[in-house]
Amino acid sequence: MKKVIMGNHALSWGAQLGRAQVIAAYPITPQTQVVELLSEMCASQALNAKFIKVESEHSAMAACLGASLAGARTFTATSSQGLALMHELLHWASGGRLPVVMGNINRAMAPGWSIWTDQNDSLSQRDTGWMQYYCASNQEVLDTTIQAFKVSEALAIPSMVILDAFALSHTYEVVDIPDQDKVDKYLPPFRPKLRLSSDDPHAFGGLTSPEHYYELRYKLQKDMERAPALIEETGREYEKMFGRRLGLAEDYQCSDAEILFITSATAGYTARVAVDALRAEGIKAGNLRLRVFRPFPFDKVREVARRAGRVAVVDRNLSWGCHGIFYQEVKSALYGHTDGLPVTGYVAGLGGRDITPETFKEIARDALSRKKNEPAEEIVWIGVKR
Amino acid sequence: MKKKKSLERIVFASESEFPLMPMSLGTMHYNRTGAWRNIKPVIDLDKCIQCGICWKFCPDVAILIQDEWPVVDYDYCKGCGICAEECPSKCIAMVEEKK
Repeated sequence: MKKVIMGNHALSWGAQLGRAQVIAAYPITPQTQVVELLSEMCASQALNAKFIKVESEHSAMAACLGASLAGARTFTATSSQGLALMHELLHWASGGRLPVVMGNINRAMAPGWSIWTDQNDSLSQRDTGWMQYYCASNQEVLDTTIQAFKVSEALAIPSMVILDAFALSHTYEVVDIPDQDKVDKYLPPFRPKLRLSSDDPHAFGGLTSPEHYYELRYKLQKDMERAPALIEETGREYEKMFGRRLGLAEDYQCSDAEILFITSATAGYTARVAVDALRAEGIKAGNLRLRVFRPFPFDKVREVARRAGRVAVVDRNLSWGCHGIFYQEVKSALYGHTDGLPVTGYVAGLGGRDITPETFKEIARDALSRKKNEPAEEIVWIGVKR
Repeated sequence: MKKKKSLERIVFASESEFPLMPMSLGTMHYNRTGAWRNIKPVIDLDKCIQCGICWKFCPDVAILIQDEWPVVDYDYCKGCGICAEECPSKCIAMVEEKK
């Protein structure tokens, strides 16, 4: 069934089709229509889930942790400052190995108070042990939510499904809503090996001495390292059943790219338009849109970048006192793998400033004008009024 | 009082034997937090009215009810004094530990 829905509702539909059993949320700003629709789905019993209203995002995640530990498939959604307030409990979810799935609408952090998109809210949670998917269309938001449950539950690691404020969250697109029975075949019920149960009582999250803590973290990393292959595998399985591929990254015209954009989220779709326009002008451009940021898709980035003449990483985020976050990660992935390949970091679109095909053309012109053996400055700012 | 479980430390030889999450590692079997205590609660059962308020308020679950009477588990009581503060019949005295 095809429906015209907004990005926020694509998350709600994903959670409904994924048969989330417990949803906890703080219903006031920066909350979005994601949980508004889910509360209606729960009230009408279209979704057989317990909807828990709480007093803060911190409590929303706490409720999700308890429910997940008891063996329920658990979903919540938030954005910007709300995600920041959850920070402490994000560590509890990953350390407790609880496969909570959360939608996050990328909004710039205040102040200045902003409801527009950039990625600093979710990238600030980079080291909390959550998997992070960055989506570029409402269809991908819905599909990824279903996939995220499957991957999270197989690895016992939580996932964040991320979409741009307004560019996706409030934009209406045609979305194919898969049949429930097909989704049930793809995503069987959540059956954790370990769970809270009065029949078999255990203490969870207790004092862990130096004798044991280190190995628990080792195991989390080892399972994270299994994630890239599993995301590809479940993505191929999804394609077989629903006709849409969900991989670690999407490459577009990359095989002979003289200038390769590395992008994420909706800017990664805009980049494809720019690639077509640049190719019409005779410039061989390509675009690698990273769909997954954690685990970082090292192999994919190396494989594609190796064939490129030069790389331009476009960041809608910034690590203050350092540089664009995707840029630093791409550089670290390529170190020792691509001798002499110039990689330049571009920052654009902070706080919801538009990133257009023209932005990418400007980036391509800049990158191609640079001498290959001269390192560029660490941040090339695009579109600052000065 | 319920019998204490064995006090052997749980030590995993390799990461493959570990549970996924920190679960029932048994740390509190040997980590006797009662050793932190400077003052201890002593209950005068003659004045006790068996209301169970001390049991309910103890933040360390260190007051147990045995045959309907409160009993302090000194292995885990940290001596915070909440039981003495909350006791309506004032039958719990906080007594200095002799070390």
